Amino acid sequence: MSATGIGAAVRRKEDHRFITGQGRYTDDVNRPGQAHAYFLRSPHAHAKIKSIDTKAAAGMPGVLGIFTGDDLATDKIGGLICGWMIHNKDGSPMRAGPHPALAQGKVRYVGDHVAVVVAETLAQARDAAEAIAVDYQELPAVVDTAKAIGAKTVVHDEAPDNSVFNWHLGDKDATEKAFKAARHVTKIDLVNNRLVPNAMEPRAAVGDYDAGDGIFTLYTTSQNPHVARLVLSAFIGIAPENKLRVIAPDVGGGFGSKIFIYAEETVCVWAAKKVGRPVKWTADRTEAFLSDAHGRDHVTHAELATDAEGKILGMKVKTTANLGAYLSTFSSSVPTYLYAPLLSGQYDIPAIYCEVDAVYTNTAPVDAYRGAGRPEATFVVERLIEVTARQLGKDPAKFRMQNYIKKFPHQTPVIMMYDTGNYSASLKKALEMIDYKGLGKRKRDSARAGKLRGIGFSSYIEACGIAPSAAVGSLGAGVGLWESAEVRVNPVGTVEVLTGSHSHGQGHETTFAQLVSDRLGIPIDNVSIIHGDTDKVQMGMGTYGSRSGAVGMSAIFKALDKVIAKGKKVAAHVLEADEADIDFADGHFAVKGTDRKLDFGSCALQAYVAHKFNGQELEPGLKEGAFYDPTNFTFPAGVHICEVEIDPETGVTRIERWAAVDDFGNVINPMIVEGQVHGGIAQGVGQALLEGARYNADGQLVTASFMDYTMPRADDLPSFDVGMTVTPCPSNPLGIKGCGEAGAIASPPAVINAITDALGHEDIAMPATPQAVWRAAQKSISRQAAE
Amino acid sequence: MATVSLTVNGKAVTANIDPRTLLVQFLRENLRLTGTHVGCDTSQCGACLVHLDGKAVKSCTTLAVSVDGASVTTIEGLASGDTLHPMQEAFREHHGLQCGFCTPGMIMSAVDMVNRRGHQLDEKTIREDLDGNICRCTGYHNIVKAIAAGAEAMGKGAAPARQAAE
Repeated sequence: MSATGIGAAVRRKEDHRFITGQGRYTDDVNRPGQAHAYFLRSPHAHAKIKSIDTKAAAGMPGVLGIFTGDDLATDKIGGLICGWMIHNKDGSPMRAGPHPALAQGKVRYVGDHVAVVVAETLAQARDAAEAIAVDYQELPAVVDTAKAIGAKTVVHDEAPDNSVFNWHLGDKDATEKAFKAARHVTKIDLVNNRLVPNAMEPRAAVGDYDAGDGIFTLYTTSQNPHVARLVLSAFIGIAPENKLRVIAPDVGGGFGSKIFIYAEETVCVWAAKKVGRPVKWTADRTEAFLSDAHGRDHVTHAELATDAEGKILGMKVKTTANLGAYLSTFSSSVPTYLYAPLLSGQYDIPAIYCEVDAVYTNTAPVDAYRGAGRPEATFVVERLIEVTARQLGKDPAKFRMQNYIKKFPHQTPVIMMYDTGNYSASLKKALEMIDYKGLGKRKRDSARAGKLRGIGFSSYIEACGIAPSAAVGSLGAGVGLWESAEVRVNPVGTVEVLTGSHSHGQGHETTFAQLVSDRLGIPIDNVSIIHGDTDKVQMGMGTYGSRSGAVGMSAIFKALDKVIAKGKKVAAHVLEADEADIDFADGHFAVKGTDRKLDFGSCALQAYVAHKFNGQELEPGLKEGAFYDPTNFTFPAGVHICEVEIDPETGVTRIERWAAVDDFGNVINPMIVEGQVHGGIAQGVGQALLEGARYNADGQLVTASFMDYTMPRADDLPSFDVGMTVTPCPSNPLGIKGCGEAGAIASPPAVINAITDALGHEDIAMPATPQAVWRAAQKSISRQAAE
Repeated sequence: MATVSLTVNGKAVTANIDPRTLLVQFLRENLRLTGTHVGCDTSQCGACLVHLDGKAVKSCTTLAVSVDGASVTTIEGLASGDTLHPMQEAFREHHGLQCGFCTPGMIMSAVDMVNRRGHQLDEKTIREDLDGNICRCTGYHNIVKAIAAGAEAMGKGAAPARQAAE
């Protein structure tokens, strides 16, 4: 392993600009003559718009234009789309209401977009927005996930009972049969709390229009600028793709929330032409809370059947998923194909049946948030497993070990074909790291100090490397989920890699360069990674679902293979040898069995000067592209163990220990991978202990700032003990499985399993705030007293 | 309009501004010092943290006119020429950043922490003292390590003159 190659903890190339304040985020982009947009948002969760009077506002200082949904309709700007078709159990398509970028006739959640004011300054735009008179006829709101179906209030006429779809997966009859044969059935009810992604950089957009060439440019906080361009062009109708450039520069975190195509960027790029000026919009944090797509929000009943020996026989899951007021870009895929296929977890479960009701409510749209469906599935599986072990009086580690899948490949009853893994190895390592043997003593020590100590396990699995295009197409995806790469070798041997992946914190500029440095045997400083600009990079699919390593780097790998193959042809001419006799290793093309060789840079120069070969027979130049379509999902898996101590006097839960053992397959940069694990765990701990988006009965979001919504802070978290096991992924050339979401998927059940172990009962929901834990601890104490 | 005069990263600046201009807007929009970020508008997240006369302030809730005459140091003013401040170097070395958005505020906060609490900072101290800065990417694990290392490096006299002067 070289100091900068695959497997090395290379310090990040991109860091210099971030630590010196030279990062270039969308809000840092300033175009000449730029004006500012402010969105007037609905203060009501549900209302008819009887009229909008903009006359007084239009005369306010600095105002350049005020636009409403009627203006978009006049210009034939289409609504926002949901790009994944789900079918109901009866085969009929899901029921989707329209999703205009600016409201047409009705608003459906607090924060819904009513009008936009474009003015010389943001302050002037805000002032003018206050002068817009909107006559609302308020309607009752439906907010509660579990009560949406059949509620009197209807969010969309297209879905008269508020049901977007009623979908299922698995074999119902086989599952019922398994339950009939069971010795024990565990039943649990769970709420997977609604979260706000809260990337630290709020969403932003700058729209620009070049009237000379008729070209729109949109700078936007996107995880997938090409997908944004595709949707804005083909579906919304801003401009043809060749007349629309989308640039996603430095993006300050995404976590899923910046995958989607939102109203604001749509309106900004369109309005730039209307006012003849660049138009900038940047969300303030409360706008982010109101209008970013939220995550999770499931209500679930689940059952697990076991036989007399504790072998799992079957699982039944019934979930209601809140999709909010409109279907966001990939919302429908999250509680369906990103959820139910993961319900087998790491376990050999012969029969599984899952039914999902997706509902409309008068709340912000819900879509993918770090893990997207897989954290929800893991929470169901790992709570069921833990509770079952407790009810059967079995050690939770041994119960898991007993039921783990041990032979691969393994076909689950819910679509997935797990390719490889070694779940017992991860569990054993995690048990050692957490000192499981010493737990009894630690519990006694805590008890002596008046504290409650508990341990919680989470054996998670996820499906990443999303995904084989034909497979997702057959499941309803509107796009293919391959990735592209282009490797441009310059005449002096430096390399630019243009990737369809997008980095918003993942460190691609470093890890991707490590791959290139390793494969081509050139210094890492000679490699530049270019991404996030549709004018520079060919069509790509972007970054989400822990796919950039497994899919994005595989595309680079494939392009590098082509570069090396072309280089061999060039080298054969230069070295006057047969192409079949040329080897490439350590940055040199060499003739087998001789000392004749050509370094990579010299080969590149020869490719470009084209003096040593016939340019008609071998094309000059050294530049290759590739599209890589995965052959399977990848299946990162691991075991996280959390140990907590609860102070029953205050209800405060302290995480005392955290052991994480993940199998991500081969790892390019362990420093970056560990960082991904840390961050994921923190988000999952946030969900378990602190975070929860709360709407009141009127549909007002009462957690709409960092003063009301509890983000994890440094003193809420411990340091994490992170370890790895490796079973290389067989379905891609690098053996990578992906690491971006694992921590967020694994951690919530680990925390709740630990808290319930400490409490001695299962009656606690997320977020387990001090208040909730205090109440639950009082219940534990009164139970103990009764005994 | 109101006149405000400041010394920003050692340079004197004077401007006529709307009196409601926040210090962060003045830095970002008037001076184009875009390293200072706005993450929450409510003094919670610390992405906007700068040093005002040597002490940490949240520039998103500070009116520019209210600090007329003050000396401001932003992330752009922390390094000495091409030599990074030891805290900047520590964040890179210990992978204390991912998306980079909270990073300028984190680094400025960390330097302020060292100025107030010295060069030997244990994990508990760092975690408690950092509660005015939010990071969504790192889980703080590596930020804590970076601050401890940066603090120690600052103690070895590696801090630039400007920090010493503060």
